[in-house]
Amino acid sequence: MDIYLLEAIINGVLLGGVLALLALGLNLIFGVIDVVWIAYADLVMCGMYVIYWLYAELGWPLPLACAVAIIGVAGLGVLVHLLLIQPILNSAPINQLLVTGGLLFFLQSFATLLFGTEFRNIGVRLPIIEIGDIFISYARLLAFAVALIGAVALYFFLRRTFIGTAIRAIAQDRDIVGLMGVDQRRIYLVTSAIGGALAGLAACLLSLQYDVHPFIGNTFGPLIFMICVLGGLGNMIGGFIAAFVISQIIAIGGYYTNTELSYVLAFTLFIVLMFVRPRGIFAR
Amino acid sequence: MLSLAAVSAGYASFRALFDVSIEVPRGEAVGVIGPNGAGKTTLLRVISGLVPPTSGTMTFEGRAVGGLPAHRMVEQGIAHVPENRRLFPRLTVEDNLRIGAFIPQARARFAQELARVYDLFPRLKDRREQLAGTLSGGEQQMCAIGRALMSGPKLLLMDEPSAGLAPLVVEQVFELVHRIREQGLTVLIVEQNVPQVLDVVDRAYLLEVGSIKLAGTAAELKGNDFIRQSYMGL
Repeated sequence: MDIYLLEAIINGVLLGGVLALLALGLNLIFGVIDVVWIAYADLVMCGMYVIYWLYAELGWPLPLACAVAIIGVAGLGVLVHLLLIQPILNSAPINQLLVTGGLLFFLQSFATLLFGTEFRNIGVRLPIIEIGDIFISYARLLAFAVALIGAVALYFFLRRTFIGTAIRAIAQDRDIVGLMGVDQRRIYLVTSAIGGALAGLAACLLSLQYDVHPFIGNTFGPLIFMICVLGGLGNMIGGFIAAFVISQIIAIGGYYTNTELSYVLAFTLFIVLMFVRPRGIFAR
Repeated sequence: MLSLAAVSAGYASFRALFDVSIEVPRGEAVGVIGPNGAGKTTLLRVISGLVPPTSGTMTFEGRAVGGLPAHRMVEQGIAHVPENRRLFPRLTVEDNLRIGAFIPQARARFAQELARVYDLFPRLKDRREQLAGTLSGGEQQMCAIGRALMSGPKLLLMDEPSAGLAPLVVEQVFELVHRIREQGLTVLIVEQNVPQVLDVVDRAYLLEVGSIKLAGTAAELKGNDFIRQSYMGL
Protein backbone atom coordinates (compact mmCIF):
# COMPACT_ATOMS: atom_id res chain seq x y z
CA MET A 1 0.00 0.00 0.00
CA ASP A 2 1.03 3.53 -0.75
CA ILE A 3 2.61 4.89 2.43
CA TYR A 4 1.21 8.37 1.84
CA LEU A 5 -2.27 6.92 1.77
CA LEU A 6 -1.49 5.02 4.97
CA GLU A 7 -0.25 8.25 6.51
CA ALA A 8 -3.48 9.96 5.47
CA ILE A 9 -5.54 7.19 7.03
CA ILE A 10 -3.58 7.37 10.29
CA ASN A 11 -3.98 11.14 10.38
CA GLY A 12 -7.69 10.66 9.77
CA VAL A 13 -7.96 8.37 12.77
CA LEU A 14 -6.02 10.83 14.91
CA LEU A 15 -8.23 13.75 13.82
CA GLY A 16 -11.29 11.59 14.51
CA GLY A 17 -10.39 11.28 18.19
CA VAL A 18 -10.82 14.97 18.99
CA LEU A 19 -13.90 15.25 16.78
CA ALA A 20 -15.39 12.23 18.56
CA LEU A 21 -14.75 13.89 21.93
CA LEU A 22 -16.57 17.04 20.82
CA ALA A 23 -19.38 15.01 19.28
CA LEU A 24 -19.80 13.24 22.62
CA GLY A 25 -20.13 16.58 24.39
CA LEU A 26 -22.66 18.00 21.95
CA ASN A 27 -24.67 14.76 21.88
CA LEU A 28 -24.67 14.55 25.66
CA ILE A 29 -26.10 18.05 25.97
CA PHE A 30 -28.64 17.47 23.22
CA GLY A 31 -29.69 14.06 24.54
CA VAL A 32 -30.21 15.28 28.09
CA ILE A 33 -31.35 18.89 27.74
CA ASP A 34 -32.88 18.59 24.25
CA VAL A 35 -31.28 21.82 23.07
CA VAL A 36 -28.64 22.00 20.33
CA TRP A 37 -25.75 24.21 21.34
CA ILE A 38 -24.87 25.77 17.99
CA ALA A 39 -22.06 27.67 19.73
CA TYR A 40 -20.46 24.51 21.15
CA ALA A 41 -17.27 24.79 19.07
CA ASP A 42 -16.93 28.40 20.20
CA LEU A 43 -16.57 27.18 23.77
CA VAL A 44 -13.49 25.39 22.46
CA MET A 45 -12.26 28.70 21.07
CA CYS A 46 -12.73 30.30 24.51
CA GLY A 47 -10.71 27.50 26.09
CA MET A 48 -7.93 27.95 23.55
CA TYR A 49 -7.72 31.65 24.39
CA VAL A 50 -7.55 30.82 28.09
CA ILE A 51 -4.57 28.55 27.42
CA TYR A 52 -2.96 31.06 25.10
CA TRP A 53 -3.38 33.86 27.60
CA LEU A 54 -2.20 31.95 30.69
CA TYR A 55 0.65 30.07 29.03
CA ALA A 56 2.00 32.29 26.27
CA GLU A 57 1.23 35.71 27.78
CA LEU A 58 1.44 35.16 31.53
CA GLY A 59 3.95 32.32 31.46
CA TRP A 60 1.99 29.81 33.55
CA PRO A 61 3.03 26.16 33.27
CA LEU A 62 1.16 24.50 30.41
CA PRO A 63 -0.55 21.75 32.48
CA LEU A 64 -1.87 24.37 34.90
CA ALA A 65 -3.13 26.53 32.03
CA CYS A 66 -4.87 23.45 30.57
CA ALA A 67 -6.47 22.58 33.91
CA VAL A 68 -7.77 26.14 34.27
CA ALA A 69 -9.11 25.99 30.70
CA ILE A 70 -11.01 22.76 31.38
CA ILE A 71 -12.49 24.04 34.63
CA GLY A 72 -13.13 27.47 33.12
CA VAL A 73 -15.00 26.15 30.10
CA ALA A 74 -16.97 23.77 32.35
CA GLY A 75 -17.98 26.87 34.34
CA LEU A 76 -18.82 28.66 31.11
CA GLY A 77 -21.07 25.71 30.19
CA VAL A 78 -22.91 26.11 33.50
CA LEU A 79 -23.26 29.86 32.91
CA VAL A 80 -24.60 29.31 29.39
CA HIS A 81 -27.18 26.94 30.80
CA LEU A 82 -28.26 29.20 33.65
CA LEU A 83 -28.37 32.45 31.68
CA LEU A 84 -29.49 31.32 28.23
CA ILE A 85 -30.82 27.78 28.11
CA GLN A 86 -32.87 27.51 31.31
CA PRO A 87 -35.17 30.43 30.43
CA ILE A 88 -35.93 28.96 26.98
CA LEU A 89 -36.22 25.27 27.85
CA ASN A 90 -39.88 25.16 26.87
CA SER A 91 -39.63 27.48 23.87
CA ALA A 92 -39.95 26.38 20.25
CA PRO A 93 -36.80 24.70 18.87
CA ILE A 94 -36.29 27.54 16.37
CA ASN A 95 -36.04 30.04 19.23
CA GLN A 96 -33.55 27.81 21.01
CA LEU A 97 -31.44 27.64 17.84
CA LEU A 98 -31.57 31.43 17.52
CA VAL A 99 -30.40 31.88 21.11
CA THR A 100 -27.47 29.46 20.89
CA GLY A 101 -26.71 30.82 17.41
CA GLY A 102 -26.70 34.31 18.90
CA LEU A 103 -24.25 33.09 21.52
CA LEU A 104 -21.94 32.00 18.68
CA PHE A 105 -21.83 35.52 17.23
CA PHE A 106 -21.49 37.01 20.70
CA LEU A 107 -18.50 34.84 21.60
CA GLN A 108 -16.80 35.41 18.25
CA SER A 109 -17.29 39.16 18.42
CA PHE A 110 -16.23 39.30 22.04
CA ALA A 111 -13.03 37.37 21.28
CA THR A 112 -12.33 39.72 18.37
CA LEU A 113 -12.78 42.68 20.69
CA LEU A 114 -10.37 41.25 23.26
CA PHE A 115 -7.72 39.68 21.04
CA GLY A 116 -8.23 41.01 17.52
CA THR A 117 -8.41 38.75 14.50
CA GLU A 118 -4.75 37.71 14.47
CA PHE A 119 -3.84 34.04 14.54
CA ARG A 120 -2.01 33.28 17.76
CA ASN A 121 0.00 30.21 18.61
CA ILE A 122 1.09 29.03 22.00
CA GLY A 123 4.45 28.16 20.45
CA VAL A 124 4.79 24.61 21.72
CA ARG A 125 6.55 22.51 19.11
CA LEU A 126 6.18 18.82 19.72
CA PRO A 127 8.36 16.38 17.77
CA ILE A 128 7.37 14.43 14.70
CA ILE A 129 7.60 10.68 15.16
CA GLU A 130 9.03 8.66 12.30
CA ILE A 131 7.93 5.06 12.02
CA GLY A 132 9.52 3.51 8.94
CA ASP A 133 8.72 6.01 6.22
CA ILE A 134 5.60 7.30 7.93
CA PHE A 135 5.62 10.63 9.76
CA ILE A 136 3.17 11.11 12.60
CA SER A 137 2.79 14.33 14.54
CA TYR A 138 3.28 13.72 18.26
CA ALA A 139 0.73 16.44 19.02
CA ARG A 140 -1.92 14.58 17.03
CA LEU A 141 -1.04 11.27 18.62
CA LEU A 142 -1.27 12.83 22.07
CA ALA A 143 -4.58 14.48 21.17
CA PHE A 144 -5.97 11.17 19.98
CA ALA A 145 -4.85 9.29 23.08
CA VAL A 146 -6.15 11.91 25.53
CA ALA A 147 -9.45 12.25 23.65
CA LEU A 148 -9.90 8.50 23.84
CA ILE A 149 -9.12 8.49 27.56
CA GLY A 150 -11.67 11.31 27.99
CA ALA A 151 -14.29 9.31 26.08
CA VAL A 152 -13.64 6.18 28.13
CA ALA A 153 -13.80 8.17 31.37
CA LEU A 154 -17.14 9.63 30.28
CA TYR A 155 -18.37 6.14 29.42
CA PHE A 156 -17.58 4.81 32.88
CA PHE A 157 -19.03 7.88 34.53
CA LEU A 158 -22.31 7.39 32.67
CA ARG A 159 -22.36 3.63 33.28
CA ARG A 160 -21.19 3.28 36.84
CA THR A 161 -22.38 6.26 38.86
CA PHE A 162 -25.80 7.25 40.14
CA ILE A 163 -25.59 10.66 38.45
CA GLY A 164 -24.45 9.02 35.21
CA THR A 165 -27.42 6.65 35.34
CA ALA A 166 -29.72 9.61 35.98
CA ILE A 167 -28.23 11.40 32.95
CA ARG A 168 -28.98 8.39 30.74
CA ALA A 169 -32.44 8.01 32.23
CA ILE A 170 -33.40 11.65 31.79
CA ALA A 171 -32.63 11.40 28.07
CA GLN A 172 -35.23 8.62 27.82
CA ASP A 173 -38.08 9.98 29.92
CA ARG A 174 -37.60 13.45 31.35
CA ASP A 175 -41.06 13.78 32.92
CA ILE A 176 -40.74 10.86 35.26
CA VAL A 177 -37.22 11.15 36.70
CA GLY A 178 -38.50 13.35 39.52
CA LEU A 179 -40.26 10.27 40.91
CA MET A 180 -36.84 8.69 41.33
CA GLY A 181 -35.71 11.60 43.48
CA VAL A 182 -33.74 13.16 40.64
CA ASP A 183 -33.70 16.95 40.53
CA GLN A 184 -33.88 17.64 36.80
CA ARG A 185 -32.38 21.11 37.09
CA ARG A 186 -29.34 19.77 38.90
CA ILE A 187 -28.77 17.08 36.27
CA TYR A 188 -28.98 19.75 33.56
CA LEU A 189 -26.30 21.76 35.32
CA VAL A 190 -24.04 18.72 35.73
CA THR A 191 -24.54 17.86 32.06
CA SER A 192 -23.71 21.40 30.95
CA ALA A 193 -20.58 21.33 33.10
CA ILE A 194 -19.47 18.01 31.62
CA GLY A 195 -20.19 19.24 28.09
CA GLY A 196 -18.14 22.36 28.86
CA ALA A 197 -15.31 20.32 30.36
CA LEU A 198 -15.12 18.17 27.23
CA ALA A 199 -14.92 21.34 25.11
CA GLY A 200 -12.17 22.58 27.45
CA LEU A 201 -10.27 19.32 27.08
CA ALA A 202 -10.59 19.58 23.29
CA ALA A 203 -9.24 23.14 23.55
CA CYS A 204 -6.11 21.81 25.28
CA LEU A 205 -5.57 19.22 22.57
CA LEU A 206 -6.24 21.57 19.67
CA SER A 207 -4.00 24.31 21.10
CA LEU A 208 -1.04 22.04 20.40
CA GLN A 209 -1.94 21.77 16.71
CA TYR A 210 -3.73 24.93 15.67
CA ASP A 211 -3.44 28.68 15.97
CA VAL A 212 -6.28 30.27 17.91
CA HIS A 213 -8.33 33.05 16.37
CA PRO A 214 -11.89 34.24 17.06
CA PHE A 215 -13.37 32.16 14.23
CA ILE A 216 -11.64 28.84 14.81
CA GLY A 217 -14.96 27.47 16.03
CA ASN A 218 -16.20 27.72 12.46
CA THR A 219 -13.54 25.20 11.41
CA PHE A 220 -14.92 22.51 13.73
CA GLY A 221 -18.47 23.58 14.57
CA PRO A 222 -20.20 22.53 11.32
CA LEU A 223 -18.13 19.36 11.24
CA ILE A 224 -19.15 18.33 14.77
CA PHE A 225 -22.75 19.18 14.09
CA MET A 226 -22.69 17.10 10.90
CA ILE A 227 -21.11 14.19 12.80
CA CYS A 228 -23.81 14.30 15.47
CA VAL A 229 -26.63 14.39 12.94
CA LEU A 230 -25.03 11.59 10.95
CA GLY A 231 -24.72 9.42 14.05
CA GLY A 232 -28.28 10.26 15.08
CA LEU A 233 -28.64 13.34 17.29
CA GLY A 234 -28.33 12.32 20.93
CA ASN A 235 -26.93 8.89 20.06
CA MET A 236 -23.50 9.03 21.68
CA ILE A 237 -22.11 5.80 20.24
CA GLY A 238 -23.43 6.70 16.78
CA GLY A 239 -21.73 10.10 17.01
CA PHE A 240 -18.51 8.50 18.18
CA ILE A 241 -18.40 6.20 15.14
CA ALA A 242 -19.54 8.93 12.74
CA ALA A 243 -16.61 11.10 13.87
CA PHE A 244 -14.20 8.51 12.52
CA VAL A 245 -16.20 8.01 9.33
CA ILE A 246 -16.15 11.73 8.57
CA SER A 247 -12.50 12.18 9.50
CA GLN A 248 -11.56 9.30 7.18
CA ILE A 249 -13.53 10.83 4.32
CA ILE A 250 -11.69 14.08 4.87
CA ALA A 251 -8.29 12.41 5.22
CA ILE A 252 -8.57 10.00 2.30
CA GLY A 253 -10.44 12.53 0.16
CA GLY A 254 -7.71 15.04 0.95
CA TYR A 255 -5.09 12.56 -0.15
CA TYR A 256 -6.66 11.98 -3.56
CA THR A 257 -7.71 15.58 -4.16
CA ASN A 258 -6.98 18.38 -1.72
CA THR A 259 -8.13 19.43 1.72
CA GLU A 260 -10.74 21.94 0.52
CA LEU A 261 -12.30 19.47 -1.88
CA SER A 262 -12.34 16.77 0.80
CA TYR A 263 -14.58 18.96 2.97
CA VAL A 264 -16.86 19.50 -0.02
CA LEU A 265 -16.91 15.73 -0.45
CA ALA A 266 -17.74 15.12 3.22
CA PHE A 267 -20.58 17.62 3.24
CA THR A 268 -21.93 16.32 -0.08
CA LEU A 269 -21.99 12.82 1.32
CA PHE A 270 -23.71 14.20 4.39
CA ILE A 271 -26.46 15.83 2.33
CA VAL A 272 -26.99 12.65 0.29
CA LEU A 273 -27.15 10.56 3.46
CA MET A 274 -29.70 12.94 4.93
CA PHE A 275 -31.97 12.12 1.99
CA VAL A 276 -31.44 8.40 2.43
CA ARG A 277 -31.45 8.21 6.24
CA PRO A 278 -32.76 11.51 7.60
CA ARG A 279 -32.44 10.41 11.23
CA GLY A 280 -28.78 9.43 10.90
CA ILE A 281 -27.01 6.25 9.88
CA PHE A 282 -27.37 4.77 13.34
CA ALA A 283 -31.02 5.73 13.85
CA ARG A 284 -32.91 3.32 16.04
CA MET B 1 -49.58 8.93 57.82
CA LEU B 2 -50.77 10.79 54.74
CA SER B 3 -53.69 13.12 54.84
CA LEU B 4 -55.19 15.38 52.22
CA ALA B 5 -57.71 18.02 53.22
CA ALA B 6 -59.82 19.74 50.54
CA VAL B 7 -57.13 19.42 47.91
CA SER B 8 -57.87 20.79 44.45
CA ALA B 9 -55.60 20.52 41.48
CA GLY B 10 -55.63 20.73 37.73
CA TYR B 11 -53.76 21.45 34.56
CA ALA B 12 -53.56 24.62 32.52
CA SER B 13 -57.09 24.53 31.13
CA PHE B 14 -59.16 22.40 33.47
CA ARG B 15 -59.53 21.31 37.07
CA ALA B 16 -59.15 17.60 37.69
CA LEU B 17 -59.66 17.43 41.47
CA PHE B 18 -62.23 19.26 43.60
CA ASP B 19 -61.76 19.46 47.38
CA VAL B 20 -60.52 15.92 47.77
CA SER B 21 -59.91 14.75 51.35
CA ILE B 22 -58.42 11.35 52.05
CA GLU B 23 -56.60 9.63 54.90
CA VAL B 24 -54.00 6.90 54.54
CA PRO B 25 -53.16 5.48 57.99
CA ARG B 26 -49.78 3.88 58.62
CA GLY B 27 -49.58 0.21 57.76
CA GLU B 28 -52.83 0.11 55.82
CA ALA B 29 -53.55 -0.41 52.16
CA VAL B 30 -55.99 2.11 50.77
CA GLY B 31 -57.60 1.93 47.34
CA VAL B 32 -58.97 4.64 45.09
CA ILE B 33 -61.43 3.35 42.51
CA GLY B 34 -63.42 5.12 39.85
CA PRO B 35 -63.95 5.36 36.11
CA ASN B 36 -61.50 6.60 33.50
CA GLY B 37 -60.91 10.33 33.72
CA ALA B 38 -62.15 10.59 37.31
CA GLY B 39 -58.86 12.16 38.43
CA LYS B 40 -57.29 9.09 40.03
CA THR B 41 -53.97 9.52 38.29
CA THR B 42 -53.98 13.25 39.01
CA LEU B 43 -54.55 12.47 42.69
CA LEU B 44 -51.42 10.31 42.82
CA ARG B 45 -49.47 12.87 40.81
CA VAL B 46 -50.42 15.54 43.35
CA ILE B 47 -49.29 13.33 46.23
CA SER B 48 -45.96 12.56 44.59
CA GLY B 49 -45.37 16.20 43.66
CA LEU B 50 -45.62 15.92 39.87
CA VAL B 51 -48.67 18.20 39.87
CA PRO B 52 -48.84 21.05 42.40
CA PRO B 53 -52.10 21.38 44.32
CA THR B 54 -53.92 24.66 43.68
CA SER B 55 -55.54 24.67 47.11
CA GLY B 56 -55.99 22.54 50.21
CA THR B 57 -53.43 21.05 52.56
CA MET B 58 -51.43 17.88 52.39
CA THR B 59 -49.50 16.45 55.33
CA PHE B 60 -47.22 13.45 55.45
CA GLU B 61 -46.12 12.19 58.86
CA GLY B 62 -47.28 15.43 60.37
CA ARG B 63 -45.31 17.66 58.00
CA ALA B 64 -46.97 19.92 55.45
CA VAL B 65 -45.74 18.69 52.09
CA GLY B 66 -48.13 20.39 49.65
CA GLY B 67 -46.29 21.95 46.71
CA LEU B 68 -42.97 20.19 47.24
CA PRO B 69 -41.41 19.09 43.93
CA ALA B 70 -41.38 15.36 43.14
CA HIS B 71 -37.72 14.78 43.95
CA ARG B 72 -38.26 16.18 47.45
CA MET B 73 -41.28 13.94 48.02
CA VAL B 74 -39.11 10.88 47.38
CA GLU B 75 -36.80 12.11 50.13
CA GLN B 76 -39.80 12.35 52.45
CA GLY B 77 -40.48 8.64 51.87
CA ILE B 78 -43.13 8.58 49.14
CA ALA B 79 -42.47 6.38 46.09
CA HIS B 80 -44.73 6.36 43.05
CA VAL B 81 -45.15 3.51 40.57
CA PRO B 82 -46.51 5.55 37.67
CA GLU B 83 -49.26 4.71 35.23
CA ASN B 84 -47.97 2.54 32.35
CA ARG B 85 -44.93 1.71 34.48
CA ARG B 86 -42.71 4.22 32.65
CA LEU B 87 -39.50 2.21 32.90
CA PHE B 88 -36.46 3.59 31.15
CA PRO B 89 -36.64 1.20 28.18
CA ARG B 90 -33.04 1.48 27.03
CA LEU B 91 -31.55 1.04 30.49
CA THR B 92 -30.94 -2.42 31.89
CA VAL B 93 -33.17 -3.78 34.64
CA GLU B 94 -30.42 -3.18 37.16
CA ASP B 95 -29.87 0.41 35.97
CA ASN B 96 -33.59 1.02 36.36
CA LEU B 97 -33.31 -0.23 39.92
CA ARG B 98 -30.16 1.82 40.47
CA ILE B 99 -31.90 5.03 39.51
CA GLY B 100 -34.65 4.15 41.97
CA ALA B 101 -32.00 4.47 44.68
CA PHE B 102 -30.87 7.92 43.57
CA ILE B 103 -31.59 9.82 46.79
CA PRO B 104 -28.59 9.99 49.17
CA GLN B 105 -30.10 7.89 51.99
CA ALA B 106 -30.98 5.14 49.48
CA ARG B 107 -27.59 5.22 47.75
CA ALA B 108 -25.92 4.26 50.98
CA ARG B 109 -28.15 1.19 51.27
CA PHE B 110 -28.08 0.31 47.56
CA ALA B 111 -26.60 -3.20 47.87
CA GLN B 112 -29.02 -4.25 50.65
CA GLU B 113 -32.08 -2.86 48.90
CA LEU B 114 -31.06 -4.47 45.62
CA ALA B 115 -30.74 -7.84 47.34
CA ARG B 116 -34.16 -7.34 48.93
CA VAL B 117 -35.82 -6.47 45.60
CA TYR B 118 -34.16 -9.46 43.88
CA ASP B 119 -35.40 -11.57 46.76
CA LEU B 120 -38.93 -10.32 46.18
CA PHE B 121 -38.65 -10.68 42.39
CA PRO B 122 -36.21 -13.47 41.49
CA ARG B 123 -37.22 -13.00 37.84
CA LEU B 124 -35.64 -9.55 37.83
CA LYS B 125 -32.38 -11.00 39.06
CA ASP B 126 -32.31 -13.42 36.12
CA ARG B 127 -32.88 -10.54 33.74
CA ARG B 128 -30.81 -7.87 35.40
CA GLU B 129 -28.58 -7.24 32.37
CA GLN B 130 -31.53 -7.14 29.98
CA LEU B 131 -32.91 -3.84 28.65
CA ALA B 132 -36.09 -3.00 30.52
CA GLY B 133 -37.95 -2.34 27.25
CA THR B 134 -37.58 -6.00 26.29
CA LEU B 135 -39.30 -7.39 29.41
CA SER B 136 -42.80 -8.85 29.32
CA GLY B 137 -45.64 -6.74 30.74
CA GLY B 138 -45.65 -8.56 34.06
CA GLU B 139 -41.90 -8.34 34.42
CA GLN B 140 -42.02 -4.64 33.61
CA GLN B 141 -44.54 -4.14 36.39
CA MET B 142 -42.26 -6.00 38.79
CA CYS B 143 -39.36 -3.84 37.69
CA ALA B 144 -41.40 -0.66 38.16
CA ILE B 145 -42.44 -1.73 41.64
CA GLY B 146 -38.88 -2.79 42.44
CA ARG B 147 -37.59 0.57 41.23
CA ALA B 148 -39.98 2.35 43.58
CA LEU B 149 -38.98 0.12 46.50
CA MET B 150 -35.30 0.95 45.95
CA SER B 151 -35.75 4.39 47.50
CA GLY B 152 -36.75 2.71 50.78
CA PRO B 153 -40.19 4.38 50.93
CA LYS B 154 -42.67 4.47 53.79
CA LEU B 155 -45.61 4.99 51.46
CA LEU B 156 -45.95 3.32 48.07
CA LEU B 157 -48.28 4.83 45.48
CA MET B 158 -49.39 2.47 42.72
CA ASP B 159 -51.20 3.70 39.62
CA GLU B 160 -53.18 0.95 37.87
CA PRO B 161 -50.62 -1.80 38.41
CA SER B 162 -52.88 -4.34 36.68
CA ALA B 163 -53.52 -2.31 33.51
CA GLY B 164 -52.63 -4.02 30.26
CA LEU B 165 -51.70 -7.33 31.85
CA ALA B 166 -53.02 -10.81 31.14
CA PRO B 167 -55.56 -12.08 33.75
CA LEU B 168 -53.11 -14.57 35.23
CA VAL B 169 -50.46 -11.85 35.59
CA VAL B 170 -53.03 -9.50 37.13
CA GLU B 171 -53.52 -12.05 39.87
CA GLN B 172 -49.78 -12.18 40.46
CA VAL B 173 -49.65 -8.40 40.73
CA PHE B 174 -52.35 -8.33 43.41
CA GLU B 175 -50.58 -11.16 45.20
CA LEU B 176 -47.53 -8.91 45.15
CA VAL B 177 -49.42 -6.08 46.79
CA HIS B 178 -50.13 -8.54 49.58
CA ARG B 179 -46.48 -9.37 50.01
CA ILE B 180 -45.43 -5.73 49.94
CA ARG B 181 -47.90 -4.99 52.73
CA GLU B 182 -46.46 -7.82 54.76
CA GLN B 183 -43.15 -5.97 54.66
CA GLY B 184 -44.79 -3.20 56.64
CA LEU B 185 -45.27 -0.71 53.81
CA THR B 186 -48.26 1.57 53.59
CA VAL B 187 -49.87 1.40 50.15
CA LEU B 188 -52.16 3.73 48.22
CA ILE B 189 -53.38 2.00 45.10
CA VAL B 190 -55.45 3.35 42.22
CA GLU B 191 -57.31 0.73 40.22
CA GLN B 192 -60.11 0.14 37.74
CA ASN B 193 -60.07 -3.54 38.53
CA VAL B 194 -62.51 -3.06 41.40
CA PRO B 195 -63.30 -6.62 42.64
CA GLN B 196 -59.67 -7.57 42.90
CA VAL B 197 -58.44 -4.35 44.45
CA LEU B 198 -61.14 -4.53 47.13
CA ASP B 199 -59.70 -7.91 48.08
CA VAL B 200 -56.29 -6.49 48.92
CA VAL B 201 -57.05 -3.11 50.50
CA ASP B 202 -58.38 -2.28 53.96
CA ARG B 203 -60.30 0.78 52.88
CA ALA B 204 -61.19 2.49 49.63
CA TYR B 205 -62.48 5.73 48.17
CA LEU B 206 -64.65 6.12 45.11
CA LEU B 207 -63.55 9.06 42.97
CA GLU B 208 -65.90 10.37 40.28
CA VAL B 209 -65.38 13.53 38.19
CA GLY B 210 -62.74 14.80 40.55
CA SER B 211 -64.63 14.38 43.83
CA ILE B 212 -64.82 11.68 46.48
CA LYS B 213 -68.29 10.12 46.18
CA LEU B 214 -67.98 7.25 48.63
CA ALA B 215 -65.59 6.06 51.30
CA GLY B 216 -65.51 3.02 53.53
CA THR B 217 -63.85 -0.23 54.43
CA ALA B 218 -63.30 -2.73 51.66
CA ALA B 219 -66.10 -4.89 53.06
CA GLU B 220 -68.54 -1.95 53.14
CA LEU B 221 -67.80 -1.01 49.54
CA LYS B 222 -68.07 -4.62 48.41
CA GLY B 223 -71.55 -4.70 49.91
CA ASN B 224 -72.59 -1.33 48.48
CA ASP B 225 -75.28 -1.69 45.82
CA PHE B 226 -74.06 1.22 43.73
CA ILE B 227 -70.49 -0.13 43.66
CA ARG B 228 -71.75 -3.63 42.92
CA GLN B 229 -73.84 -2.49 39.97
CA SER B 230 -71.56 0.16 38.48
CA TYR B 231 -68.11 -1.23 39.14
CA MET B 232 -68.35 -4.94 39.79
CA GLY B 233 -70.91 -5.87 37.17
CA LEU B 234 -73.07 -7.74 39.68
